[in-house]
Parts: sequence; C-alpha cells; structure tokens
Amino acid sequence: MTAPDLEAWFVREVLPLESALMQFFRRSLRNRADADDLCQDVYVRVCEAAQKEFPHPAGPFVFAVARNLLINRVKRDQIVSIEAVADLETLGISIDEPGPDRSAMARQELRRLQSALDQLPRRCREAVILRKLEGLSYREIASRMGIGEDTVSEYLTRGMYAIADHLHGEGEKP
Amino acid sequence: MTQRGESAQDVRLAAAGWLEKSQRLDWSEADQAALDEWLGLSLAHRTAYWRVKDAWSRTDRLRALGASARDEQAPERRSLMPLFLKFAAGLAAIAVIGIGTAAYISKSAARTYSTDIGGRELVTFADGTKIELNTNTIIRTRMTTDERIVWLDQGEAFFRVHHDSAHPFVVYAGSRRVTDLGTEFLMRRETGKLKVALLQGRVRIGEADGVSRGTLLKPGDEATATALSLVVKHAGAGNLENEIAWRNGMLAFKYTPLSAAVAEFNRYNRQKMLIADPAAAKLTIYGTFPADDVEAFVDVARHVLKLHVAHEGGDIVITR
Repeated sequence: MTAPDLEAWFVREVLPLESALMQFFRRSLRNRADADDLCQDVYVRVCEAAQKEFPHPAGPFVFAVARNLLINRVKRDQIVSIEAVADLETLGISIDEPGPDRSAMARQELRRLQSALDQLPRRCREAVILRKLEGLSYREIASRMGIGEDTVSEYLTRGMYAIADHLHGEGEKP
Repeated sequence: MTQRGESAQDVRLAAAGWLEKSQRLDWSEADQAALDEWLGLSLAHRTAYWRVKDAWSRTDRLRALGASARDEQAPERRSLMPLFLKFAAGLAAIAVIGIGTAAYISKSAARTYSTDIGGRELVTFADGTKIELNTNTIIRTRMTTDERIVWLDQGEAFFRVHHDSAHPFVVYAGSRRVTDLGTEFLMRRETGKLKVALLQGRVRIGEADGVSRGTLLKPGDEATATALSLVVKHAGAGNLENEIAWRNGMLAFKYTPLSAAVAEFNRYNRQKMLIADPAAAKLTIYGTFPADDVEAFVDVARHVLKLHVAHEGGDIVITR
C-alpha cells in the first residue's frame, strides 16, 4: 500500500466516522482530551492494519478497534465500570446507514463549513476569511489587520486546528 | 496521553502548524524535508496531518458561500474575486486583450511568482527564457549569471527556455529535477505526481538529489513521475497540443470522460461543478471551451448530453 493510497483511504473511509467515534467515547470519558487521545490511537491502529490490507468495510472494523481500546482504557484507569462501555446499537449510532443524496450532502457540507467558520474567535476568523475567501497573501492580511505576519500564522494555525475539530469531530464546543 | 507520550491535542496543533507553514511562499525544500521527517516519525503524526489538511482544503468551498460568509465579518468592502472577474471576460475579450498577461523582466535574484484560481501569467527573463504560469500556480526562480533555477512549488507552467549550454536550466518539483537541453516543455504538479510533456528539444528528468543522469525525453514524450516511479509514453506532438490549449485560455477535450473534464474546469474556476452520477461521469466529451466559461460547458452538458444541471449552494451539480 503506498502512502497516498493510505491517505486517500483514511480521508474517505475513516475520517467521516470521527463524530460517531467521539460520541461513543464521550459516553464513558468525561474529559475531551482523553477522548481525543483515544481517537488518535484508533487512527494509528486502523492505519497500521490498513498498511497490510484495507479493512472492508471500514466502519465495523474501526468501531471494533475503538471498543477494544476503550475497554482497555476503562479497565486500566478504572474510570467507570465496564458496563458503561455501551454497545453501539444502544447508543443509536449508525455507522453504515445509506447517506443522503449528493446535492443534500453538498448543502450540508456548506452549512457545516459556515458553522465551522462561525465558531472561530473573531480575529482568527477574520484571518481565515481573508486567506480563504479573498486569497490574500500573509503580508496583505497582516497589513489589513494591522498585525505582524507571525500573528497571521498563529491565527491561521489556530483556525486550521479548530476547523478540523469542528468538521470531523463533535461539531460543537466541548 | 498515548503510548508515545504526545497528547492528541499536541499532535493536532503541531500538524496544523506544519500545514500552515507549508502554505507560505517561503516554504523551502529543507522545510519539506523537515515535514517529511516529522510525518515519518509516527502514524499519529500522519493521520493528524491528513485530518487537518482535509478539513482545510474543504474550506476552499467557503468561496462558494462568498458573500454570506463575509457579510457578517467584512473588515471592509472589497471585490471578492478580482482575479476571477478579470478572467471572466470570455473568449472574445481574451483574444482582444491578448490573454491579459503581465510581463516581467527580471535581471537576477530570487523571486516568487504566483497565480490565483483562473489566473495566468507570463514571466519573461533577461536571458529570453519565458515561463507561463497556469491557474493556481506558484514558482520560485533564481536567475543569476551563474545559474538558472526554478522551483515549481504548485500547479502547472509552460517553459520556453533560451538554451545556453554553459548555464543549464534546472527545474525542481518535489523530489524530481528536470534539466533542459534547449527546449519547450510543460510541467504540471499534482498531489504526489508530476507530469512533464516535451514539445520541442530535449529535457532530462531525474531525482532532485540523485547522482544518476536520469531519463532523456524526446519531443512528443509525456513523463509521469511519482515518488517511486517514472513512466514515459510517447503521446505525439499533436496530442500534447491539447494540453497546452490553456495558454490560449482554452481547454481542449478529445473523448475525455466528463469526470476528467469537470475536474479540469474546477482547476480554473471558483464555482465548482460536481457530477453526482457515476454513469454521467463516464460519458465522453469532445470539444474546446474557454477555461473560464463554465456556462458554455454546462450548456453542452444540458443540451447535448441531456444531463440534468442544478445549482446547489453556489455549486453546480450534474446528474442524469
């Protein structure tokens, strides 16, 4: 498996499961950071397996890995009783329901992007808009906002981080 | 904490930092090597990087939201898509204004040239070499009396090199190096892939840092290089003409699948088309279109191919 194949597979098959994964973890783990860590561990395990052979379909495999990691985690740290690791079915998380049609997805995608943008802090959002919508250079953004280029970098980095969490993850502030 | 001792939030922040840095114009080969090293350290790094890269590239579609996203924010009113409008003049206008190119005469020193989506730019150097940038392209150049070096950082460019055997002309694109031996050639960089098409003269393509002499291309040859492979096919000069139709602001298709044609249009236009139907994606199309005239293409889809065309949130969705 070449690296670009793995990336394409991961983005197409695994990333869309992140919000369901996070829901699953957040049932047992109070702490957002713990859930993020488990999510990262799931990605690592799943990609290790995919380097040999892509699990197909991906969803059930990803959730089997997630469940095992969560059980180990709960046992190790005695965070909650083991019964708290609920079945996916009881959570009502469906991982293989047929998706809505493409045009509805396109609309939904735009709404999600809009809300990802809306949740950014004001200055950070301004920098992202100038960069993404207006395609301005760092220097132009810096002069327009009256800040240094380093600060532009910082705003954009934070914007990227928050947008990734919003688009892939819970879609809300923790 | 994971077993590696790095929290997911730290890794994600680092990944965002790398991605941010990689967007900057001063991003160098050394920076790329450092990023590759960081990515190579663990799958946690790689997945975090893929994750943030996917999210950030999806936000390109925010451009489709345009006004509504800006209205609430709007630091100040300014034209939203100046380049797009500049090039939305249509075919007739293009012919009259002579492609709206800007010429630069640069004597030496390192410089960066870039174009936005839908943009095109002709750069002329003191030695007579001309480089024509296609849509959404970034190049850096170092032209001195001793050396002539170009980095194709992103996108596509057509090179017409003034030959000078004492001063070879070298183009770097990722891990590849193309050395000109007197020539007209086209280079196009995509994710994980580099295409080199030779129209006239000779070029040699090899590893950026390799000691091997690389592979020599003949006119009409088209080479496709990935990190691990290099494939050369003889397309013939006639077929390569289609690939440089963009130099006249046109896109030429010869029995091209609709999916590929749409992907090509999307490179030049902020208004994106998507085909939401596998059967429609396989239909083939033959013809030449102005690169910025999405409507002309949509008309053909609607009236010739009898497809259904809908406008959805600023995008164009094509179905059967």
